[in-house]
Amino acid sequence: MAALDNATEVREGVDRETVETVRSMSGTYKHGWETDIEMEFAPKGLNEDIVRLISEKNDEPEWMTEWRLEAYRRWLTMESPDWAMLDIPPIDYQEQYYYAKPKSMVEKPKSLDEVDPKLLETYEKLGIPLREQMVLAGVEGAEVADERKVAVDAVFDSVSLGTTFKDELAKAGVIFCSISEAVREHPELVKRYLGSVVPQGDNYFAALNSAVFSDGSFVYVPAGVRCPMELSTYFRINAENTGQFERTLIIAEKGAYVSYLEGCTAPKRDTHQLHAAVVEIVVLEDAEVKYSTVQNWYPGDEEGRGGIYNFVTKRADCREDRAKVMWTQVETGSAVTWKYPSCILRGDDTQGEFYSIAITNNHQQADTGTKMIHLGKNSKSRIVSKGISAGFAQNTYRGLVTMHPKALNSRNYTQCDSLLIGDRCGAHTVPYIEVKNASSRVEHEATTSKVDDDQLFYCRSRGMDEEEAVALVVNGFCREVLQALPMEFAMEAQALVAISLEGSVG
Amino acid sequence: MVFPRQKLLAQKREAAEARLAPLALPAGGKWITTAREDAKARLSAMGLPVRRDEYWKYTDPASLVQAEAPAAALFDDSDESEVFDTLDPLKIVFVDGVFDPEASDDLAMEGVEIALLSEAAKADLHWARDLYGALEADGQSPVERPLAIFNTAFAAEGVLIRATGQAARKISLIYRRRDAGADVLLHHVVKVEAGAEVTVLEHGPAGARFNQVMEVDVADGATLHHVRAQGRDHERRTAAHLFARMGERSVFKSFTLTANGAMVRNEAVIWLNGKGGVAHIAGATVGEGAFHHDDTVFITHAAPDCESRQVFKKVLRHGAVGVFQGKILVKQPAQLTDGYQISQALLLDENAQFLAKPELEIYADDVKCSHGSTSGEIDPVSLFYLRARGIPEDQAKLLLVLAFLAEALDEIEDPDLADDLRPRIETWLRRRSG
Repeated sequence: MAALDNATEVREGVDRETVETVRSMSGTYKHGWETDIEMEFAPKGLNEDIVRLISEKNDEPEWMTEWRLEAYRRWLTMESPDWAMLDIPPIDYQEQYYYAKPKSMVEKPKSLDEVDPKLLETYEKLGIPLREQMVLAGVEGAEVADERKVAVDAVFDSVSLGTTFKDELAKAGVIFCSISEAVREHPELVKRYLGSVVPQGDNYFAALNSAVFSDGSFVYVPAGVRCPMELSTYFRINAENTGQFERTLIIAEKGAYVSYLEGCTAPKRDTHQLHAAVVEIVVLEDAEVKYSTVQNWYPGDEEGRGGIYNFVTKRADCREDRAKVMWTQVETGSAVTWKYPSCILRGDDTQGEFYSIAITNNHQQADTGTKMIHLGKNSKSRIVSKGISAGFAQNTYRGLVTMHPKALNSRNYTQCDSLLIGDRCGAHTVPYIEVKNASSRVEHEATTSKVDDDQLFYCRSRGMDEEEAVALVVNGFCREVLQALPMEFAMEAQALVAISLEGSVG
Repeated sequence: MVFPRQKLLAQKREAAEARLAPLALPAGGKWITTAREDAKARLSAMGLPVRRDEYWKYTDPASLVQAEAPAAALFDDSDESEVFDTLDPLKIVFVDGVFDPEASDDLAMEGVEIALLSEAAKADLHWARDLYGALEADGQSPVERPLAIFNTAFAAEGVLIRATGQAARKISLIYRRRDAGADVLLHHVVKVEAGAEVTVLEHGPAGARFNQVMEVDVADGATLHHVRAQGRDHERRTAAHLFARMGERSVFKSFTLTANGAMVRNEAVIWLNGKGGVAHIAGATVGEGAFHHDDTVFITHAAPDCESRQVFKKVLRHGAVGVFQGKILVKQPAQLTDGYQISQALLLDENAQFLAKPELEIYADDVKCSHGSTSGEIDPVSLFYLRARGIPEDQAKLLLVLAFLAEALDEIEDPDLADDLRPRIETWLRRRSG
């Protein structure tokens, strides 16, 4: 495509964002480099000793070790799910490392200042601010961003390097730390809530994660507290043949509010790497949690070599009345995505929302969607899913909306749109709709089409080249979801939408 | 360790062995014996369906699979005239699955060749050889339909229809019941040769349990209309499979009206194999109480420029359960596909349920495919509008229910057929209201 330099005039009728997006299309996967650093690995393979070793490395109490072992034993009796529209060669779980820690982290640094500069550089290069005076790089210079702070928990392979703004958050009563730290420092909270939304044996990958999760984030927002800043976790896979198994637990007490962002990248490699995460969110009375993800794991190359296998179980439990949760995801990376962020709308008047953009190009495969489980009266949910498929990719929306007999007067609206770019890719929709009472109203709509020729022609006739025009049309297609993202992520996401489709036209 | 999936398959195969053991294949000539033996072998390998099969997620196959048909009280429908009778069709009557020559018309008709399966099976060769069990076998992938295989193996009766020109009359297959426990298998084959046109009607409950397969081959430029009313018996059970293969510019339109029935599973499998084919499949369902109705549709677009429409409407109350599983598969060569699917349920009280799985699987980029699914109660605003105009509540609700079903009935191309069904639905609903 024609390179757009900074001097390029913004044409009339085209908004600046789009031009920015197109400008950033010039590189392909930007985060494919690796950090050369000495690592400490647990022996390859998976068995009870490895599970015990991970637990020991994290200084965990006995109950936690037992909890992991129970999960491991459950996992051994389970089968890898085969219902997703994904073509995955069998995974050899004994050929992976389950624990990798930078050598410099063996003695845990007291603060981020003591962390190996090489590690800090890694995050700097990724645009993730680990110093508290910085804001997210993506919005530097943007007017709105001046006053915004984002607390970051940085997870590198199996360990958390550190968490920023801890003190300021503590003043507000918010606990934001790595899950391993939470197990040690706040065992009563972890014991009470861990596995209460996603039980150990929930599914094959959740069981695996429960056995071997090494780190992840823990968030606790006490009653009545509006978290003073956005919280963010940045996951980086670096070591080869190493799986990342993070576990995130977010608890919003009565009337609390928190917005949480999650980002992830990995180096380019020819072999597939495993990532199996679990995110549990507990939302109590009148509380609200926003969870936004920009998933940009390495997707593999044009031939489908390498890339991350991304198996994620995310679930929010709106346990009490008027609890609210909103999932927003932009899925552009990973060779394989298997992910269904869900909402259990248990309380009355609870609310669940799911906004998703899933983009697959080359040989990527994504099977993603949501579950809205309505148990409480007057509960409401809304699903907006946009799938874009290009190259040889397969993109599936899979969702469940269920209205239980007692969930009277509940509402769901679902809209799934798929866009196909090129005639070698596939776009699929697999919704399950279960309505067990009459006063609830459920509406589901889905469409599949190609990039509209008229829209393309309109853009082309105004002097855009074909890729620019497609990027513009696609951005318009995704707008509804992009708007649901917090500012910090919206810009990154918009750029990603364009990058992911690079080379899909012509 | 035996994992759950292997264990499940072993259980299904064991169930099939147990079910097949006491049964003998019906006697027949070479062509049909080959088809039946092949089916029996396929069923042994596949096993019988169980609730844990994904395709039976919302419908329990147990009563359709078990050895004995659960008894179903006979239903007196003498309060209304015979369905489609005013249209003077050629009648072919089956009583408890057995052909009734007395009640049936002479099978000779211009433009169409009609034979009974029991007769044709005696020969060593028949035109139906290429279709009998063949389309059914094609329909086993990507989703298994073991009840249809069972039918291919053990059905001893059915109608073989071959249209070579414009059929002089509509053909009406009439199913009557006398025995409260009759377990009926019928296997029909309909072949519409290039450019020919025929209408096949079906009505009545057939048996306490009815397993039906209809294999349809619509050649280039041919047209087949199919309208069926599945009877009003409350306790009967039905598993019907329709397999339709369509040629270039062929047209196939099928409509099913279902009222009552303890268990009804209507599967339709349609392949649009030729350029410019048109397939419409629609259903209207009225059910209450111990009523379980399942429409399962799988349409494959394998050729460019085809159109498919699925329109399903269900009115449910008093614990009735409606299921819709509909899929549009668009293969890579099927550019310019126009695929439309709508499934809607009107739940008249809090006990009714609607379970739906409307799927799209698309591998061609220049397509227009959409599906919609809604579920809810009668729109209070519409009801208020009618009430404000002095229409009593019962009457207003009836009007709204009829308007809701009308979209499915409108899919019947021949207005005479729709006109025959519409007042019947109104009478049934009127009798139930209150």
